[in-house]
Amino acid sequence: MATLDVAAGRLGGGAGARSGALSRNARTVAMVWERELIRFRRSQARIITGLAQPLLFLVVLGAGLSKFIGSRGAAGVSYQQYLLPGVIAMSVLFSSLFSAISIVWDREFGFLREMLVAPVSRTALVLGKAVGGGTVSILQGIVLLVAAPFVGVHLTFLNVAEMIGLLMALAFGLVSFGIVVASRIQRIESFQVVMSLVVNPMLFLSGAIFPLQRLPGWLGVAVKVNPATYGVDPIRRVILGDKGALTIGGGIVPIWAEVLIVLAMGTAMLALAVRSFRRTE
Amino acid sequence: MEVEHLVKRFGPFTAVNDISFTVEPGELFGFLGPNGAGKTTTISILCTLLTLTGGRATVAGHDVSAEPDAVRASIGLVFQELTLDDLLTGEENLRFHATLYGIPRSELAERMGPLLEMVGLTERAHDRVQVYSGGMKRRLEIARGLLHSPRVLFLDEPTIGLDPQTRTHIWEYVDTLRGEEDTTMFLTTHYMDEAERCERIAIIDHGQIVAIDTPSALKASVGADTVTVATADDALARKQIAQGLGAEGELTGEGVRLRVPNGEAFVPRLFDHLAVGVTNVNVRRPTLDDVFMKYTGRDLRDADSGMGERMRMNPMVRSFRAR
Repeated sequence: MATLDVAAGRLGGGAGARSGALSRNARTVAMVWERELIRFRRSQARIITGLAQPLLFLVVLGAGLSKFIGSRGAAGVSYQQYLLPGVIAMSVLFSSLFSAISIVWDREFGFLREMLVAPVSRTALVLGKAVGGGTVSILQGIVLLVAAPFVGVHLTFLNVAEMIGLLMALAFGLVSFGIVVASRIQRIESFQVVMSLVVNPMLFLSGAIFPLQRLPGWLGVAVKVNPATYGVDPIRRVILGDKGALTIGGGIVPIWAEVLIVLAMGTAMLALAVRSFRRTE
Repeated sequence: MEVEHLVKRFGPFTAVNDISFTVEPGELFGFLGPNGAGKTTTISILCTLLTLTGGRATVAGHDVSAEPDAVRASIGLVFQELTLDDLLTGEENLRFHATLYGIPRSELAERMGPLLEMVGLTERAHDRVQVYSGGMKRRLEIARGLLHSPRVLFLDEPTIGLDPQTRTHIWEYVDTLRGEEDTTMFLTTHYMDEAERCERIAIIDHGQIVAIDTPSALKASVGADTVTVATADDALARKQIAQGLGAEGELTGEGVRLRVPNGEAFVPRLFDHLAVGVTNVNVRRPTLDDVFMKYTGRDLRDADSGMGERMRMNPMVRSFRAR
């Protein structure tokens, strides 16, 4: 009995254990994060499809439409160049939501229960998932920068650093949103529905594929209420040196405001995600 | 572990209907019953995965409603369904678990080594769980459930769907463990032979405990051997036995089934009074199956038919999907 009490004192109950709760939760965030990275590294199919689709857009769609659309603006940005930040954002969009929605897989295959029955806070689990999913999707976005020289976009280190920061904000917002979606999905089969009803519209309405100027009124509104728009636009501004395409009330929306919108949405979604996880108890 | 008047309802459906029992420290306690009887629901409540509708339950001295975190820290679980991450290696799965339970990194190796040794996975620890066999996965789960030295280990149908050899192995581990560590074990099963190994078992049916005692006491309570005699004309044989021996038989697919105090002594007398040709006679000591029959009026195997359907309706699985 004595040895059992020692074990219990170390692992649960007593005051000694409570002081360790913070570090245990911090380690949990790190571990959930690490798990996401390990899983990513080991799913070659996911890495390849994650790269193939944006490259297909950039190379095929970009080359095909370039001739038709021609250059734009004084800087003479070709459609392919215009598309580069778009496909980077697209890659982050897809992989962020995919990472988050993998919670549905965890639930289906039981691993979620292993996490939920552990004496750690739900917040730590959700946070780990958000950070892990975000990291993976940023990696997928950054890799696409190797295509930059081939479409004639020249980047400085500062550009890349700025872009990483922007991608972090975008990924954080999207993963948090995805976790909320995942907590509402009951079965894997619903994943397709989410892809076509949520992810694709978010992509098409974000300005990733076509410019936001001179859109028909209804489309302009749809674009402005899509939070992803505020994640995509600053990336394009940084990469192409654009002056920004989003106007509200005549003035151009500054980058910091766009980032703020994305972060605010992310934070709200994360809070919602933690809440829906608590309910699972 | 103490459970008092526990009730769990899912809407209009009462899954657990006022059950009470106590499990002593270090005891191997079993829940025996068909699927859908409320075993998994009870375990889920004791593990804080479901909230109770009524009553009270304490695990390792902590109330499941008031101190769920303290309960979580003192229990280990081996679920009915696998809960491993397939893409991670066995070792990574254990490391993940150790983190969740706050086991210091410095202690991890010395805890993990002997456990992997015990379940025979030392050499495969760095392989992905994907390539493990069903038995290996289950063994890894057991090792994982023990990694943080829980005071109470819950085993929810730990050997379901495994081949007999692996089941034997797993029971060897459980016995070894009980020899080495003073862990309380709470088991649910619908295998008779597994229930036999428990120190005490509770027979549960329709959300209620119908009997609770040691296996031998429960079997003694049946008080009779089962003699099954197959004849050329079972209906006639049944009548002759009733007239000649005063024993009320029951017609089954296998012949006339009789419950008598001393089966071996009964058989010679049986032959004296039967005028129809006997094709087969079988004498059986009381089993937990008979105990189940006695208390519920049903055969455990019959009660289990349609089990696939009920598995899908399993309240724990359902509650996880419903979110």
